[in-house]
Amino acid sequence: MSQVFHEIEKKIITSLRDNPKQTPESLEKSTQLSPDQIRRGIEWLKLKNFAIVTESQSSVISLGKNGIESLEKGLPERRLLDLLKSGPKKLSDLQKELGFVFGPSMGLARKNNWVEATSDQISIKNSPSELPGEKTLKLIGNEKVTKDKLDITDLSALLKRPDFVIEDIIKSKKISLSDSAQSIELSEATGGIDVEAKVPQVFVARTHPLKDTIDEIREIFVTLGFSEIFGNMTQSSFWNFDALFTPQDHPARELQDTFYLDKINAKKIGTPEQIRKVSESHKKNWRYQWDINEARKMVLRTHTTCVTIKHLAENKPDEARIFSLGRVFRNEKVSYKHLVEFNQIEGVVVGKDASLRNLMGIQREFYKRIGITKIKFWPTFFPYTEPSLQTMVYNEKLGKWIELFGMGIFRPEVTKPLGITKPVLAWGGGIERIAMLKYDLDDVREFYNNNLGWLRSATKCQ
Amino acid sequence: MPVVELSYTRLQKLVGKVTKKQISDSLPFLGLDIESEDKDLVRIEYSPNRPDYSTDFGIALGLQGLLGIKTGSVKLKIKKSNSYKISVKSDVSKIRPFVTGIVAKNGRVDDKTIKQLMTMQEDLHFGIGRKRKKSSIGIHDLDKISFPLIYTTTNKTHKFIPLNSDKEIPISEILTNTDVGKDYGHLLGQSSRVPLILDSNENTVSFPPIINAAVTTVTPKTKNLFVEVTGINKEDAEDMLSVVATILQSAGFTLESVNIAGAKNSSPKFDSRKLTVNSSLINLTLGLDLKTPKIISCLKKSRLDASSKGTNVICSIPAYRFDIFGPMDLVEEVALGYGIQNIEPTLTPSQTVGETNLVSLKLKSLDKTMIGLGYLEALNSSLTSKRVLYDMTNRDSTKIISVLDSKSQEHTILRDSILPGLIENLSRNIHESYPQKMFETGTVFTLENPVSEKINFSGISAHKDANFTEIKSIIQSALNIGFGIQIETKTTTNPTFEEGHCASIILNNTPIGIIGKINSKIVENYKIRVPVVGFEISLSESILKSI
Repeated sequence: MSQVFHEIEKKIITSLRDNPKQTPESLEKSTQLSPDQIRRGIEWLKLKNFAIVTESQSSVISLGKNGIESLEKGLPERRLLDLLKSGPKKLSDLQKELGFVFGPSMGLARKNNWVEATSDQISIKNSPSELPGEKTLKLIGNEKVTKDKLDITDLSALLKRPDFVIEDIIKSKKISLSDSAQSIELSEATGGIDVEAKVPQVFVARTHPLKDTIDEIREIFVTLGFSEIFGNMTQSSFWNFDALFTPQDHPARELQDTFYLDKINAKKIGTPEQIRKVSESHKKNWRYQWDINEARKMVLRTHTTCVTIKHLAENKPDEARIFSLGRVFRNEKVSYKHLVEFNQIEGVVVGKDASLRNLMGIQREFYKRIGITKIKFWPTFFPYTEPSLQTMVYNEKLGKWIELFGMGIFRPEVTKPLGITKPVLAWGGGIERIAMLKYDLDDVREFYNNNLGWLRSATKCQ
Repeated sequence: MPVVELSYTRLQKLVGKVTKKQISDSLPFLGLDIESEDKDLVRIEYSPNRPDYSTDFGIALGLQGLLGIKTGSVKLKIKKSNSYKISVKSDVSKIRPFVTGIVAKNGRVDDKTIKQLMTMQEDLHFGIGRKRKKSSIGIHDLDKISFPLIYTTTNKTHKFIPLNSDKEIPISEILTNTDVGKDYGHLLGQSSRVPLILDSNENTVSFPPIINAAVTTVTPKTKNLFVEVTGINKEDAEDMLSVVATILQSAGFTLESVNIAGAKNSSPKFDSRKLTVNSSLINLTLGLDLKTPKIISCLKKSRLDASSKGTNVICSIPAYRFDIFGPMDLVEEVALGYGIQNIEPTLTPSQTVGETNLVSLKLKSLDKTMIGLGYLEALNSSLTSKRVLYDMTNRDSTKIISVLDSKSQEHTILRDSILPGLIENLSRNIHESYPQKMFETGTVFTLENPVSEKINFSGISAHKDANFTEIKSIIQSALNIGFGIQIETKTTTNPTFEEGHCASIILNNTPIGIIGKINSKIVENYKIRVPVVGFEISLSESILKSI
């Protein structure tokens, strides 16, 4: 395979093929490139695994001030012995000749028995042909010599003495080619760039992941023949509860479960006939004093069913498939699995085909279209439907059945007082739960944190 | 939903020849959700309309039916007795007018049974008793009571030793110093008199609906029980008693009647009701084609009795099944007896053509336009806090819409604007790379008849070079290219924005929103280190106006 290289890289590779292990300095010489070009070229090749850089360190010895003087004039003790070659000398004369090196040289010479002293005369006793350190001194000369080339014992004679030798630690790099670089063919092309290098990350602008799920679900129900209706999030208790056969003393209506608006009551809640008939149904079936003021209390809707029931009461269709989609509210402690506000879809089927089996069929079709095929139905209880079912879907990731949409047929106690004569199938449920499965989230709060880290990285197309 | 804790081995004994697996497989098809399981123990959520499922005895009755071990309705066998009488004084009629009761003899009350009966009592109090308001139960050791009893009233100086105490306490102190007194005392109203059940030795049996006397406490040594229910209407009290009677009979007690007389009270009858349902209603509703014998066998599996007359099915409903209101409830009983798992879903072609709402369509177009302009969609709660909505952005908080008793401080006020939420979102993302550009569409709320809901659209841009021109270009292009709408900007001031960098957004001479550079003090308080520009307009008054 031939590969495009930068000119610098080519020169370095070529030089290393001739001379396999080099320092950056020797590469500078052989390629005629600047130190900076060499440094960059080596770095690029290293990243692409073409160059191997081994780093080593070594000790280098050079002469210090006293060492250089001794190289020129001889070691102080050599100079002393030279002076004595012509015969014994007076101490004071030697002092004059040698200056301040006299003391150290005399000390050394006497300690080693090279000289002997009488009252005022110094004479040679036993002069060696080569003094300790002399060989090393000559070997170093004016160069820098790596320590391993020197005789350590001889060197130590100099190392002990002040400013005779200097020891430096030198780090050095050796560059060689990797196996793949040995054989790779250098392309003639020039100006290539590193197409494998990392690039800065850019972010796509996008719709919110939860909104994508909502849109997907909306579209599925539209294709199943359902039309979308809208309604308010703030509702009178009458439509949120009373019209749905939830008695006024039912625990679900308490402050701890439902958000009531502070000091806000609805003036008009329904037609006089609707109010009368709903209240009668409550009194007869639940045996309590129905209070219109309870029904006037404004709440944040606890489900979107209030929107569909109101629509049915106003339009009384013989045949209809409608749904409503939007935020609903529960007075709960916020946690990884509960929000105070979440999205719900809720729909109804009115007409001659309205049977429980059809309702189950519509549900099965919906789940199939969002990719869930393992489902089953369990009986459950809702105050306003009878019979009532819930869908259980099998989640492969969690390895268990989880509850999704609820469904049922509106009770006659709900439909009759509102003048709805045809059976009404109703179904609905939360959307966040489906979106959590889709985006593999464990914490439902993530949908409303607007954490850019997540929004920018959540996989767009699933 | 109430929860009851059961033991599989106990259930197996109660149901008869069944395996643990048969039980756990069948529970959901009775409408019972298994909440958790730990070896032999299983916690089950049941629907509040089926208080008979508040004990393992009641659940066993349901399982026997569904599994075909014992079908048809549970008949109460009550021995007529003249030994037990309660006479009711007329003075109770203004406070808690009705009392009813039953005697249950020769049962074995072990610790587990006591526990089941106690949770049943609590659940009945909370659910159909509406926190003891409608009706409440007292379960007593029969042998500590000397009949006849009187149900009467007393004043608050009356003393007795209440449950879980060892000394006499006056009623006034029970009401002010004990938990039950504080929780339920208000049910007695302002009257100086309170209801009381006394035995023939003038010993206090119960102070309903607050607390029983200690002397009648049920222990594992108890053999015979006396159960009384008091309430504000006769039917509710008798409904509650019928559940208890059915459970006690299933627990092995023999029932004996209690005579009740005086002040419009009478002895309970526990009669079953007759309800007729046409088989065509059943078949049309379920989408099945069941013949009447099959329907009858399904109803029997749901522990009801039934017979047929032509296409009509006449059903006999025991007293404890007061959750059954009308024929539609029987349809459900048939479905349960048939087995929901046996109903095959069908998909019939739709008779209607589906349609997305125009509002949704317009909003979707707007989303696409904003994405084209490089803006990321954000979603915030409608229910937010005063801090985010007003305090941090210097906005006027005189017309807030708040909710009562929110459990979360972050969610107490309905938003009247989207932009404050987006600014707050930026503050949570100061460690993410810039530029940061976000938009949101959503409902905003204002006080008006009684609450008006409109759809707003807001956008925000934060980076080192963010400026007014940039953000005006964005809103101008979004509305013009997306919807053919031309807007203008007119100088204004607004505490959320920097003076001299703030304008009203005008459409056809009407202000529809605001735009500008966010006040640097706000940005600073949120510790955002780059300039921020943003806008918010009403879509209800622009692109959605004609819908």
